[in-house]
Amino acid sequence: MKPRRLGSWLLIVFGVLYFFVPLLGTFEFSLRLLRGVYSVAAYRIVLADPRFAATVTYSTVLALATIAVGVLLVLPTAYWIQLRLPRLRPVVEFITLLPLVIPAIVLVFGYLRIYNSSSALPLTGSARTTDLLLMFSYVTLALPYMYRAVDNGLRAIDVRTLTEAAQSLGAGWSTILLRVILPNVRVAVLSGAFLTFAIVIGEFTMASLLDRPAFGPYLQLIGANRAYEPAALSIISFSITWACMGFIQVFGRGASGQVAGAH
Amino acid sequence: MSFLEIDHLQKRFARTTAVEQVHLEVTRGEFVSFLGPSGCGKTTTLRIIAGFESPSSGAIRLDGVDITQRPPHQRNVGMVFQSYALFPNMTVAQNVGFGLKVAKKPAAEITQRVEEMLHLIKLPALGNRFPYQLSGGQQQRVALARALAIRPQVLLLDEPLSALDAKIRVSLRLEIRSIQRELGITTIYVTHDQEEALSLSDRIVVMSEGRVEQIGTPFEIYNFPRTSFVASFVGTLNILRGQVADPAHGKILVDGQEVFASRGLERARTGDAVTVALRPEIVSLGEVAGNGNRMRGTVEDVNFLGSIVRIRVRFTDNAISLDTFNNPSLSLPQRGQALTVSFPREAVLALEAPPST
Repeated sequence: MKPRRLGSWLLIVFGVLYFFVPLLGTFEFSLRLLRGVYSVAAYRIVLADPRFAATVTYSTVLALATIAVGVLLVLPTAYWIQLRLPRLRPVVEFITLLPLVIPAIVLVFGYLRIYNSSSALPLTGSARTTDLLLMFSYVTLALPYMYRAVDNGLRAIDVRTLTEAAQSLGAGWSTILLRVILPNVRVAVLSGAFLTFAIVIGEFTMASLLDRPAFGPYLQLIGANRAYEPAALSIISFSITWACMGFIQVFGRGASGQVAGAH
Repeated sequence: MSFLEIDHLQKRFARTTAVEQVHLEVTRGEFVSFLGPSGCGKTTTLRIIAGFESPSSGAIRLDGVDITQRPPHQRNVGMVFQSYALFPNMTVAQNVGFGLKVAKKPAAEITQRVEEMLHLIKLPALGNRFPYQLSGGQQQRVALARALAIRPQVLLLDEPLSALDAKIRVSLRLEIRSIQRELGITTIYVTHDQEEALSLSDRIVVMSEGRVEQIGTPFEIYNFPRTSFVASFVGTLNILRGQVADPAHGKILVDGQEVFASRGLERARTGDAVTVALRPEIVSLGEVAGNGNRMRGTVEDVNFLGSIVRIRVRFTDNAISLDTFNNPSLSLPQRGQALTVSFPREAVLALEAPPST
């Protein structure tokens, strides 16, 4: 074996150890609730806890709402920029990157200042409107991922000509977006959606400071008070995230096959 | 009466003028080509007719109705693009039926019309395929069917054959023309390929730098080009520069030799510079009875092209190419050989001086 290849293999082994040893450790630990035997008791306890079901449901609903609002916001914007305002693209890209640069804690303090119960728009005044605020803040958090995914999808198709073809056949803007553009960037929208889902399911800071019963704060609460269950929860939330990644891969592959066929 | 009227169209961009005073009246059922090099404004004019661009001034009237301000989806104009632009997510049948579906036609009518269209383009069995499963030529035929399915008042084709290979280009060209004749649909065809324009069109609009150079039938455009641009862009053409010797009789001196033009040069004075054009296929080697012009020169080059042989003969400053049919029993002239060429007076076309801008 050549020394260079040996080096690459060493790097890979190092990487795998770096990522998987803690994970395996956590997994192994999560099975040791009962002394002396491996068991899934910790998982049973976690899954039996009504707060687990409640918080997962809450976060899932919020994630779905975030995805819906995010797509409605991002798809027409990215489409219009691609079609009519290409010069604005760098500006919009910068704006969509801001949530990565500004920490969530800063954002949420900003929200609390602007939308507190004695402000002009007291969104934190009731639980429902706080949910709304939380959902919008998730849209902001997911913006970099959603925008990039959708924008990549739009770049892969000939937006302008498809639009013009549809226009000449009598289609208005809503028809073009729904029947021509959206189906052709479906894969990109889905991968943006799964990324958003993964972010929202695990998010802690915003949900915690806005005091909403989301999965992230529940995770933290259990982690602070129990020994084996948090490990089980970590494994469960990892599985959810990985399932999302897997779905992106599966749908992404379907699409690239189709594109390859076109050439 | 004109069916489609392009009324003194003008399109300025920030720094350039893309279309300059283009005026054209197209009758119902006519096939008109816009011919010119890239950047001559032909595509911009087409896009203004389709409604994708709005003109800086001028108007588009369709069947007597001013549609200049109408958005593209309310114009009832069919468009075929160079890149096919089929919707990748839809089957062939769904593509063809898209316009009808948007117009909320009943499903039965859509199915029937789609079938009719697929028969028209001779692809009746491919309704369930997706665009990526078709060849380029098939895709473009589907795009044609899709544009025609909505029964547009005008069909616009933007270099529809440019992305296809040579053989398919010719066969699809014939097919487009026969479908156009069958439906009697008014058609505007944009191309930079002179052969396409000549073989397809009822009339050709030759454009250069945003301006119309000449409008005429293919026969007129090829045989009687009005400007040197038209003469050189359409077909191969010999350009000779000389001085007017006798305006009334159309006598010109080219490199000291007398040449008579087809008509008198009324507006010119003796001694004026003049440019004349001559098609290579009309010049004969040696003297031929009935050819009123003779010139002596030397053979500069002999190009064997298969069915024809192109010979380049130099006088002094000017040179001409002439075409003769290949004939195995004749010997070809040699380079450097002195010889006489002859051509009829009618073939010598005095060209308009280019606009002094």
